[in-house]
Amino acid sequence: MSLWRTFKTAWEGLTLNKGRSFLTTLGVIIGVGAVIVMMAVSAGAEAEIADQINALGANLIMVMPSFSRAGFGPGMSASARRMPGLSYDDLIAIANNVTGINGVSAEQTTMQNVKAGDTVLEDISILGTTSGFPDVREYKVAVGRFLTGTDNDQARKVAVLGSDIAQELFGNPNAAIGQTIKIGSVQFTVVGVMAPKGVVGNTDYDNRVYIPITVVFKKFVNERFGGDRVRTIYVSAESKDVMNSVMSQVTNVLVKQHGVDPASPDFTLTTQDSVIAARASTTATFRNLLAWVAGVSLVVGGIGIMNIMLVSVTERTREIGLRQALGARPRDVQLQFLLEAVMLSLIGGLVGVLAGVGGSYVFNAVGTMRTALVPASIPLAFVAAAAVGIFFGYYPATKAAQLDPIEALRHE
Amino acid sequence: MTEQLIETTNLTKVYGTGSVAVQALRNVNLQVKRGEFVAIMGPSGSGKSTLMNILGCLDRPTSGTYVLDGEDVSHLSRNELARVRNRKIGFVFQSYNLLPRLTAVKNVMLPLLYNSHNHLSDKECYERAVAALEAVGLGDRLHHRPNELSGGQQQRVAIARALINNPSIILADEPTGNLDTQASEEIVALLHQLHDQGATIVMVTHEPGFADHAERVIHLLDGQIAAEKLNGTRKRRGKI
Repeated sequence: MSLWRTFKTAWEGLTLNKGRSFLTTLGVIIGVGAVIVMMAVSAGAEAEIADQINALGANLIMVMPSFSRAGFGPGMSASARRMPGLSYDDLIAIANNVTGINGVSAEQTTMQNVKAGDTVLEDISILGTTSGFPDVREYKVAVGRFLTGTDNDQARKVAVLGSDIAQELFGNPNAAIGQTIKIGSVQFTVVGVMAPKGVVGNTDYDNRVYIPITVVFKKFVNERFGGDRVRTIYVSAESKDVMNSVMSQVTNVLVKQHGVDPASPDFTLTTQDSVIAARASTTATFRNLLAWVAGVSLVVGGIGIMNIMLVSVTERTREIGLRQALGARPRDVQLQFLLEAVMLSLIGGLVGVLAGVGGSYVFNAVGTMRTALVPASIPLAFVAAAAVGIFFGYYPATKAAQLDPIEALRHE
Repeated sequence: MTEQLIETTNLTKVYGTGSVAVQALRNVNLQVKRGEFVAIMGPSGSGKSTLMNILGCLDRPTSGTYVLDGEDVSHLSRNELARVRNRKIGFVFQSYNLLPRLTAVKNVMLPLLYNSHNHLSDKECYERAVAALEAVGLGDRLHHRPNELSGGQQQRVAIARALINNPSIILADEPTGNLDTQASEEIVALLHQLHDQGATIVMVTHEPGFADHAERVIHLLDGQIAAEKLNGTRKRRGKI
């Protein structure tokens, strides 16, 4: 029998029991859908990490307090009277004493309403920071100037606007300079507007207002809840080569500032690379896990096809015997049942691709997970589905082909 | 072209081995001429089915030779046997063996689809199937499925299917076994008519009345030909 006629015969065999054929393909649909969603999710996670690298800037060192050790080590009388954690003074000390750095910055956020004239923007993210922020984050000023060291030292009430904020309050960046805005209940003078940077990672740079960190401490953060403590000091090294030198200098400066034992400091240094490496390895583990789950569900789907094909061969024993009597060769019978299995898995693959692509978009749209569809995953999933069909269809098809026509015709 | 269409020599079939071996056929020497109508009778277990299976190339003899249409088919491979069944043999079964989900015309087309040498298009296959159904008087039942047809009609579809590849021989294994008297008479009359048109037929039957339609009746007993009777009253062009 020609391939085309065998194909048609196999198709008729499938349409004979549409409901069962659909249920049979369900395993493959889930498997293929899982492969596509899995690849989209891990590609999304990788894109997220790439964004975070950009968001943080290059060659970044993060200094964070380690509270468990503050004030409890042996001979810590000096630090015992100190508030634990890192302060603005630490940042100044690093900026003044460490060489080989592009900039140092600290951040403290607060959410406030911003008002200019009659326009009120509610719950705007206010970032208290230092003069080093643009260098550390590779962020540029469009008009006017950024915050200076003097602004912080004197706790001047000046503000730099993100580009969207400037647009919403004053229409254009140039009009914003010199204007007065009210953040919470405090009046500020606008001294600069930043260039657009967009959303990076989870941060919308353009929808924030930047003010001196010392003003945040004085006006917006209750002294009792941390006072002038900063959560993280960001140090940007000039290049990868000086990273180690910068790290040991920062350690020395802070040990001196805090008067702690260098063997058990009350702060930790983390490089951006180590954070990224940790995130990347988590993502890789995650991806491998998903790959296994998807692979297993494809295999289970294939076993489902094999089981139904075996049942089908048994049910249709008499038909097979008759076809043999009418001149079907063993390979005609084998091909017929193999094609049925392959068609089932390819149809499952097709529906699975649609489900996977749709699922990826839905995940992205509802914001559960960031996904990025990998175009190569579609042919890959299809080939995998066909392979499953051939692999798991081969045994039932061969079993059908080996039936003895006399026995098969006698089958009830 | 030899006159003998079927010629078996010492055809023997043994099932099982050693002490459980059963001799289903013992040294059967059978000749069937072209255009002959032969009936085979015998009690169950006499080897009728085994003989029909071997004649139909569904099975191979343990020993002995079977020459069909000048070709020794005793030791052909499964693929070659399938080809011989497709081109030279038309089966009519007791239980019709129509595929239930296919229409009459599609059932009749089946042997054509497995004939890779005819190079017929789908349309030509269809037209030949229609012609075959018309020849058995079912021109108005082309698109009925088997469950929409009576037993006699189903057997007619099966006969049309047996004829579609212009086989050398029609093997009918108790073709009236599942039919009532009237339908049985019609089917036998149809076979009779086909024989009159030149078909070679070997038919297994339990009904002596139907065996009378044949030119020769062979009685099998214990795997051997026990008796052979030429049917004097049966004339090739005669009417019943």
